[in-house]
Amino acid sequence: MSSTSSATPNYNFDVVKHFAIMAVIWGIVGMSVGVLIAAQLVWPELNFDTPWLTFSRIRPLHTNAVIFAFGGCALFATSYYVVQRTCQTRLFSDRLAKFTFWGWQAIIVSAVITLPLGYTSSKEYAELEWPIDILIAVVWIAYAIVFFGTIVKRKTSHIYVANWFYGGFILTVAVLHIGNSMVVPVSFMKSYSIYSGAVDAMMQWWYGHNAVGFFLTAGFLGMMYYFVPKQAERPVYSYRLSVVHFWALVSLYIWAGPHHLHYTALPDWTQSLGMVMSVILFVPSWGGMINGIMTLSGAWHKLRTDPILRFLIVSLSFYGMSTFEGPMMAIKSVNALSHYTDWTVGHVHSGALGWVAMVSIGSLYHLIPKVCGKEHMYSTKWINIHFWLATIGVVLYIVAMWISGVMQGMMWRAVNEDGTLMYSFVEVVEKTYFYHGVRWLGGCFVVCGMLLMLFNVYKTVSSDKRQDATNNLVPQAA
Amino acid sequence: MDYGTFRGIYTIVMIVVFVGIIWWAYSRQSKSKFDDAANSIFEEDKKADTEQKIEKD
Repeated sequence: MSSTSSATPNYNFDVVKHFAIMAVIWGIVGMSVGVLIAAQLVWPELNFDTPWLTFSRIRPLHTNAVIFAFGGCALFATSYYVVQRTCQTRLFSDRLAKFTFWGWQAIIVSAVITLPLGYTSSKEYAELEWPIDILIAVVWIAYAIVFFGTIVKRKTSHIYVANWFYGGFILTVAVLHIGNSMVVPVSFMKSYSIYSGAVDAMMQWWYGHNAVGFFLTAGFLGMMYYFVPKQAERPVYSYRLSVVHFWALVSLYIWAGPHHLHYTALPDWTQSLGMVMSVILFVPSWGGMINGIMTLSGAWHKLRTDPILRFLIVSLSFYGMSTFEGPMMAIKSVNALSHYTDWTVGHVHSGALGWVAMVSIGSLYHLIPKVCGKEHMYSTKWINIHFWLATIGVVLYIVAMWISGVMQGMMWRAVNEDGTLMYSFVEVVEKTYFYHGVRWLGGCFVVCGMLLMLFNVYKTVSSDKRQDATNNLVPQAA
Repeated sequence: MDYGTFRGIYTIVMIVVFVGIIWWAYSRQSKSKFDDAANSIFEEDKKADTEQKIEKD
């Protein structure tokens, strides 16, 4: 009997396993849609002249699929895993946990159907129409009950820092989603926001930036604080720093939204406030990044042999990079150049593909064998290949977008002596073709890596070492 | 109290709270507690290892 299986019966790893596998599958779906829309920007005929496949309809499908389907499933899987292990108790309610799984999948499937059909509230990252929004709220509250219920019945005295980050993420996302999705329905699939004008824009980016800050950051920092020390087999560099990190991060992020609305109808003082708060945000972000990376101090050699650790540590390097870039781009004068260009898209993807995806992939490679009662993944070599595919893909992507974005910004602002624009819009589009091609290629690398991951996961889950597997399955079937 | 005064007081309160958190996190009496917390994620493995040993014996 292995050490994993002797500890397993106390925990509900069934739901963790389901979410983990769906994270990989939705990751492939969401990233493939991303590759398709990237290809459409190079070869526009790839929308096949159908409204269902136009860029405007499937771009929100891509963002929803990667953020909420891939990222969401990874967060559910890891948070349920971490909260059980660190609290040394089973989930608060198995039935409610099961409900969150099926509810979340139903939400994703309804997004996959409604977005290409053109049903949208037109709010970025909150496009889904009101009946789906209500389902999201219900599932999310169930999630909060399962998570905080487990913390309440914990067998340990201390609440480990990863749970603070997961808890902050769950609580804030509930507030953000319900706050921003307040609408007046006019028919089954059509509604209007209760906010209007500049207030609506402010609400939208209060939601939007905190979707970044809490959904895409705090939750994944929860992963970092558990899986990096676990995989490195040494405690976090400074637990004290992690306490300050948590409170500084959650109290600052909530103010940064207005930097999405520089030079718009939003009051000027609000823009400046958002800018200042975004710049200060650099400090806790890097505090956390350093805390994660320094966990490896004295054990750097492990990076040579352990591709899972490599995923986790490189994800933190990308986190450091994009949390330096973000505050810089939030400065008004820099934003005047970068806003509405490919630079923004590159910045988002260095965060999303470099940080969020890589830390999730590393964490999933760590936990999938554990919840399946296996010693390790089917092939460590494949994990290494996946690591390089992902890294090359992300680097190609963000370098292409940097060049293309700065070029766009420079060309758009260039004026002749008489004040007329030096370049027409289409001239700029023409110049970006090559870089959009490189971006598409980078995306292909990333998707190939994910396909390899799926195969590796399939081989791990279905491998012959039945003894461990049956030990694991019996209590779950009961 | 007008809005500006309220915001001013609120800002001072937030600064005091934040400095308090840093002071608490880095105070000497918290050190051992936080060191234990940092190592708590490995306790479970140790426990499982001992169980395994007992079973083998």
